[in-house]
Amino acid sequence: MKFAVVVFPGSNCDHDAYHAVKHVLGQDAAFIWHKETSLAGADAVILPGGFAHGDYLRTGAIARFSPIMQEVRRFAEAGGPVLGICNGFQVLLEAGLLPGAMLRNRSVKFQCVHVFVRVEQTDTPFTVACRRGQVLRIPIAHGEGNYYAEPDVVERLERNRQVIFRYTTPEGVVTPDANPNGSVANVAGLCSEARNVVGLMPHPERACELALGSADGLVVLESAVRSVTQGALAAVASAKAAAAR
Amino acid sequence: MKTISDELIQQHGLTRDEYERILEMLGREPTVTELGIFSVMWSEHCSYKSSRVHLKTLPTTGRRVLQGPGENAGAVDIGDGLAAVFKIESHNHPSFIEPYQGAATGVGGIIRDIFTMGARPMALLNSLRFGPLDDPLVRRTFAGVVAGIAGYGNSIGIPTVGGEIAFDESYTGNPLVNVFCLGIAKADEIVKGVASGAGNAVYYVGAKTGRDGIHGATMASAEFDEKSAEKRPAVQVGDPFMEKLLLEACLEVMRSGALVGIQDMGAAGLTCSTCEMGSRGGAGITIDVSLVPQRETGMTPYEIMLSESQERMLLVVKRGREADVERIFEKWDLHAVRIGDVTTDGRLCVKHHGEVVADIPNEALTDKAPVYRRPMAEPASLAEAQRLPLPSLGAPPPIRDVFRRLLASPAVASKQWVYRQYDHMVRTNTLVVPGMGAGVVRVKGTARALAMSVDGNGRFVYLDPFLGAQLAVAEAARNVACTGAQPIGATNCLNFGNPERPEIMWQFARAVEGMGAACRALDVPITGGNVSLYNETDGRAVLPTPVVGVVGLIQDASTVVRRAFRGEGDAIVLLGTGRDELGGSEYLKLVHGLVRGTPPTLDLTLEAALQRLVVDGIAAGLIRSAHDCAEGGLAVAVAECCFDTGLGASVDVPAVAASETAFSAIATLFGESASRVVVSVAAARADELAGLATAAGVPVAVIGRVGGERIRIAIDGDIVIDDSLAEAEDVWANAIGRWFGRPRAVA
Amino acid sequence: MRARVFVTLKPSVFDPQGTTVAEALHTLGYASVKDVRQGKYFELDIDARTPDEARRIAAEAADRLLANPVIESYRIEIVTTAEAAAR
Repeated sequence: MKFAVVVFPGSNCDHDAYHAVKHVLGQDAAFIWHKETSLAGADAVILPGGFAHGDYLRTGAIARFSPIMQEVRRFAEAGGPVLGICNGFQVLLEAGLLPGAMLRNRSVKFQCVHVFVRVEQTDTPFTVACRRGQVLRIPIAHGEGNYYAEPDVVERLERNRQVIFRYTTPEGVVTPDANPNGSVANVAGLCSEARNVVGLMPHPERACELALGSADGLVVLESAVRSVTQGALAAVASAKAAAAR
Repeated sequence: MKTISDELIQQHGLTRDEYERILEMLGREPTVTELGIFSVMWSEHCSYKSSRVHLKTLPTTGRRVLQGPGENAGAVDIGDGLAAVFKIESHNHPSFIEPYQGAATGVGGIIRDIFTMGARPMALLNSLRFGPLDDPLVRRTFAGVVAGIAGYGNSIGIPTVGGEIAFDESYTGNPLVNVFCLGIAKADEIVKGVASGAGNAVYYVGAKTGRDGIHGATMASAEFDEKSAEKRPAVQVGDPFMEKLLLEACLEVMRSGALVGIQDMGAAGLTCSTCEMGSRGGAGITIDVSLVPQRETGMTPYEIMLSESQERMLLVVKRGREADVERIFEKWDLHAVRIGDVTTDGRLCVKHHGEVVADIPNEALTDKAPVYRRPMAEPASLAEAQRLPLPSLGAPPPIRDVFRRLLASPAVASKQWVYRQYDHMVRTNTLVVPGMGAGVVRVKGTARALAMSVDGNGRFVYLDPFLGAQLAVAEAARNVACTGAQPIGATNCLNFGNPERPEIMWQFARAVEGMGAACRALDVPITGGNVSLYNETDGRAVLPTPVVGVVGLIQDASTVVRRAFRGEGDAIVLLGTGRDELGGSEYLKLVHGLVRGTPPTLDLTLEAALQRLVVDGIAAGLIRSAHDCAEGGLAVAVAECCFDTGLGASVDVPAVAASETAFSAIATLFGESASRVVVSVAAARADELAGLATAAGVPVAVIGRVGGERIRIAIDGDIVIDDSLAEAEDVWANAIGRWFGRPRAVA
Repeated sequence: MRARVFVTLKPSVFDPQGTTVAEALHTLGYASVKDVRQGKYFELDIDARTPDEARRIAAEAADRLLANPVIESYRIEIVTTAEAAAR
């Protein structure tokens, strides 16, 4: 399958995402410059981490207007899997493809450190290979990862099972100390109502090789591969079934 | 034309003699613009006039050296057709005036020095010095500098993988901020800062020029006094986003082969880049400053030439390739503007709307800049300072208390409050993160990795400049060796006081001599570096602080090791021997408030053998962890090997033969003798390591075992430290954070 | 014509930067400063014929870009060129 890695001016982790899906997972991948208007036949889209437009004004606030974002929106509305990592998550929030907004970390400081997140739901393209309750050790690196949404929105997200990752202790318990940035309800990542757009602050692409400290992030990207190939297989199977009737 | 008054000459930091030389070289009075140009190019910061005669003695060649001093950065061959391009630079004075921006623009500057050579920057390190943290103003400077380094490095996406921080009263008004950057380039595609080819276009690209930083170079060449606050407008503001665009665009332009040469505009901006590029290429450059993109109105040629606005590059483009270059920059929303041409007359000719405002031979500004052999004299107070009458200090405090106090001392304590603000993982190459030893990044596309470390010790250099500088080289190379990397090159940042004072010049000269001797003995050539003088406030200088950055090569990235113990039951082995050496130690400063005595002795032959043994032992998979003994001595080193592992240790070491028996235990545990590394090996292989060490002439002793929940240290069988690992680690991990508010416990 | 756009965090949103600033003021001795909220201030130089037109343009700019409606609200002041010149 083919991943598209969108590159905004100031994106930093585009190479890391590309390396993870192409060289670690062995999939096809392409960089898509933000001014392009086509995703070049990608099966899944990654909006990578970094400082798009220097984070000026607000993180992701300018990137959401890039030409490529119209394509990303169309792709998402058609059900295509979209993963926003860190700055990519912030772009999805500003673009309204995910609900809520990001604030400065409670500590007002940038934090680069490994954290533990618990997988809450496995019915998204990026968690289908995980187990519910699975705890992953993945690094964060952000100064504005304090997720905020109004109370009624948070309630709706919980009711709809849209919270996909939560900050926890290594044993998977949600505590204030395990929350590195003050996010409401320890939210580390969530999905859209249609469940195909996922955003998370931690960097799974930085946790795909043991040599770098953890390989727990691999399962997030492997899920996309499984989801797309299974989806393709399912499409073939149902086409065959329809033809047989 | 404005006449040049004596006051104007003085304001420009030029002496009467220097002005006479200008008259001689030009054959006439200079214009005010020319005076400004001379003042910055002949400033200490740009001309190295006080240091050149001494720096010439350093070893700068070697079989791996592809580029030595004289370019924007140095380069060494690392195999696979690749080169490591690296350098360290200082941004001390601006960081005192405006900590955040001073540090941020320091990071920006060194990154530009690397990518201007055609290398993609891969990693950053920093070496910082501050006054004691109990001073609120120091805390503000400290927090500002760290935030500035983080803000710039994180935004541009280059990981900060390590560094060092030290404290002393002498740095209170003169913080030191030295930033190191390493990049990778194809060895045969290194681009130089050279202008050649008559008629080739000279292009300007990057941020618009404003009035910031004018006379930054002259400010860096002057001491601070009460008027320093007025100099605030001279501080530049960095834009890491602009630099990220510039970095990507420049690398793309360089790959297209369209450039003759390129240089960043750093200190002395447009002035320095034009005359240096011309000088290197034996050519001249003519530019019209009215073509320079400006962000303020009414800028004079003087201001445009001296501006130190950040994130600007000067390019010399091959004939016929101008459209390609412009197109590539447009893609990144950058505007490359042609501002002049290369000529054959070897002169820097500056026009303003077609009218000549400056016309100076390049070499007058570069090779023919003043070179001074300043008077030197050993400080009168040094002999006395070198005496350490231990009996007069009374009985030392209980060992356990000293141990805890050292762990809590900012010099020794964990720096995680600092480095967790740096993105140290971006680019997914970091194999050894900050706090775990020298920084190590893998080189994708090869099996190799590069290790790097920056080290210095102002106390040692103050007490004996020659030996202290040698110890800095040895420590940096040793730290690199402890990850399994063979040291292959070095850079240095020399931070000293006012060179017009003979004692300071003596310190400088002796330190350079010592550094050179150690680099030769350890076969680490110097490929470039930086000198920062006039680090003084009201006549009080900083401790003389040469900082050495060493780069090492690991042939197989999978063999890299860290400082931390790895397995319960592993044997702990001490390589090297301790001596009765408390001079200049952290113990002496922390407990007795003294910087006295002589630094630890150093046997460079033994040091070389030790480093070779460690590198070979790691490559063979024999050594499982390695950590050198530095501030706080052996006891602190053993404790640090336990932290972040959940594994304690029990060790028993022989007492050092001490002349003062009351201090024997202190010297054994906390003395900072050189050439010592604490390693761990599988228990069954301890003898194997011992055999190799003995054959190599390296003293060796199996001192204990990894395991348990305590840190237990005995001397000749008597337990002197028996501490809870968890409690000791808590003290060490949170000491610095406690100065800045509530610490957080994270995974 | 000049539009001044004041963007502030909605009252319900926790402001860690404002809190930090308040704490810093307290250390400097300003115990009487109870709370600080940090916001953003934009000056837009607009080519408009009437203050109403300028206000409309500024409001659109604020809605679409300058403020994030999830967490921020804004208010606008219009300064005519004459008024600006008089200051």
